[in-house]
Amino acid sequence: MLSIKNLKVSIHNKKILNGLNLEVKAGEVHAIMGPNGTGKSTLASVIAGRDIFEVTEGSITYQGKNLLDIAPEIRSREGIFLGFQYPVEIPGVSITNFMKTAVNEHRKYKGLEPLTASQFLALMEEKKKLVELQTTLTNRSVNEGFSGGEKKKNEIFQMAMLEPTLAILDETDSGLDIDALRIVANGVNKLRTKNNAFIIITHYQRLLDYIIPDFVHVLFEGKIVKTGGKELALELEEKGYDWIKKELEEKASV
Amino acid sequence: MNTETKASILKAKIEKDFNANKSLIFKNGSTFMNDIRSRAFERFCAIGFPDIKMEEWRFTNLAPVLSKDYSQHFTPPDSLFDLEKVFRCEVHDLDTYTVTQLNNWYAEKHIPLCHLPNGVIIGSLAKAMEAHPDIIEKHFSKYTSFEDNGITALNTAFAQDGVFIFIPDGVEMDKPIQIISIIDAEENMLVQPRNLIILGKNSKLSLVHCDHTIKHKSTLINTVSEIFLDEGSVMDHYKMQNKDNNSALIATTCFHQEANSQLTTNTIVLNGGLVRNNLNIKLNGRGSHADLYGLYLVDKTQHMDNTTFVDHVAPETTSNELYKGIVDDQAHAVFSGKILVRRDAQKVNAFQSNKNLLLTDEATVNTKPHLEIYADDVKCSHGATVGQMNPDEMFYLRSRGISEENARMLLMYAFADEIVTKISVEALRERVCQLVSKRLKGELSICDQCVLHCNENKLPEFEIDMSKI
Repeated sequence: MLSIKNLKVSIHNKKILNGLNLEVKAGEVHAIMGPNGTGKSTLASVIAGRDIFEVTEGSITYQGKNLLDIAPEIRSREGIFLGFQYPVEIPGVSITNFMKTAVNEHRKYKGLEPLTASQFLALMEEKKKLVELQTTLTNRSVNEGFSGGEKKKNEIFQMAMLEPTLAILDETDSGLDIDALRIVANGVNKLRTKNNAFIIITHYQRLLDYIIPDFVHVLFEGKIVKTGGKELALELEEKGYDWIKKELEEKASV
Repeated sequence: MNTETKASILKAKIEKDFNANKSLIFKNGSTFMNDIRSRAFERFCAIGFPDIKMEEWRFTNLAPVLSKDYSQHFTPPDSLFDLEKVFRCEVHDLDTYTVTQLNNWYAEKHIPLCHLPNGVIIGSLAKAMEAHPDIIEKHFSKYTSFEDNGITALNTAFAQDGVFIFIPDGVEMDKPIQIISIIDAEENMLVQPRNLIILGKNSKLSLVHCDHTIKHKSTLINTVSEIFLDEGSVMDHYKMQNKDNNSALIATTCFHQEANSQLTTNTIVLNGGLVRNNLNIKLNGRGSHADLYGLYLVDKTQHMDNTTFVDHVAPETTSNELYKGIVDDQAHAVFSGKILVRRDAQKVNAFQSNKNLLLTDEATVNTKPHLEIYADDVKCSHGATVGQMNPDEMFYLRSRGISEENARMLLMYAFADEIVTKISVEALRERVCQLVSKRLKGELSICDQCVLHCNENKLPEFEIDMSKI
């Protein structure tokens, strides 16, 4: 589904990703962990199409298409979703309006008729339940005055509305209390099918107690330096990242 | 010939017109009225039109507008009596008392002055001069000064007709009054309506004032409205401006507020070749309060200038001002907001903010907020921003599959929404919502009907739904 080869990315001439490789297949859940500032969020943004980053080398192929040639809105309509680490507040744009526009743009792209107001409301009700979103939330402006937890729930709600093929969740668990974490994880699990895939960027193993990953990758200095199963996350939780750094140094000195 | 000389030619023509048509202009006036007109005329002759050398007109150059030739009419046009043919009024949800003004004439041939059972008077200013000289003499030209203002002097000298509204003490109007000002010019015309609106003690009124043009001839409209709010009165004032690009509109609105009166004024400028709004509010009585909201959507080569002046005369007066503008193409927007707190006006709260969204590199905004404070126990603040579309917000919307164009639309709409939501008349708010969204999409034309009654209700196959579900 997604194939990233030798991806090099910089911002303001500062190298962030430095030859990253990643293969994601349908039905898989990949967790990406790693210390701060190693390029996890950059990777997520580049896949979603943020134009402030400069891709200097490498490729990203998604379902056989060169993703780097495609505008962010088309990537979204093609099934890519980014759950933001810091969702933007947009005063004046209601969530309803925002989602109705987004859903109908997706439908238009697929050659489907736009949803009527009542169909749309029914869809919203259904998806709201998935993330235990209170009714009042949807009458408000996008993320305006939301608590950290509400913002993250809102991201998962949007994901549920858009039913992506590939969802990247950028530290969706940070700042969540244990109940919110459970709700978010439940939402993800309910949306998991054999046809879609998730990339979950996280600092903590605890989210992975709820969402069981098929692969855990360690991103360090702009590359994936280690890949393992879900037990790798436990090991990282226990030992931190120093032993990986040490391993790398040893390799380098050989 | 340079434009300055042309402006003086126009001035000379106006002076000649005044002297030649004195008998018509002075026809239905009392000594009181004619004395004011004569003095105003003298002032206009002495001062003339404003120019960009004057601080208050630095950013709005009238010279190109004044270099054209304009005629004035001193008797009502024939079409005044066939108004239904010129203009069809279809109020959808907006249940209002509607009064219509054609050029500067009050256009109700059967009832030039309507007396409602509750004592409310709605009608022609010309008729009110005859029927209610006591009210006119008490209020006319009391809330605006023509001594050092050529534009107001010009209007006052030629003040023949306009809308007159009188709300007696204690009367709360059950529905809004809507003034529709239509300009229908067969030739280049100078039109000078004069309105006088009086709210008695503890009375209440919502007033919707729509400016509209029908024919695409060059018109210069110089309108002056005086509005008096007596103690404890409450007024919602809405000004909707949708003029064609050939028209120049100078609209001066002066509010005078007595103790504990509450004013909300909302100016929505959708279109206009050149628009200059002078909004003057005098908080003359203790405890009076004014909210000033404004929204201007400017594109192509349009020029819109909102100049406001809030004069805190009395202590414990409060004002809150927010003007927002979206400026596209090569358009030019000006905001100039002055707050004056006089020496004895202690415990005043005055806030002012102007925010602008610039869509192109060629669009220009001049924003000039200023405070003048002579009292020491006051809370005042002002601020202005000029910015572009926020790239983080754009990316967030696009990452959800929303096209760049629609994302811009949503953000522009959201920017405007802060002003639109302040409209408390629900039907009007919904209509303005639609108009603003149409305007932002470039679909709003100057239709043959009032700005509030555009007949296009059918939605395109798919569009952003601006109404909150």
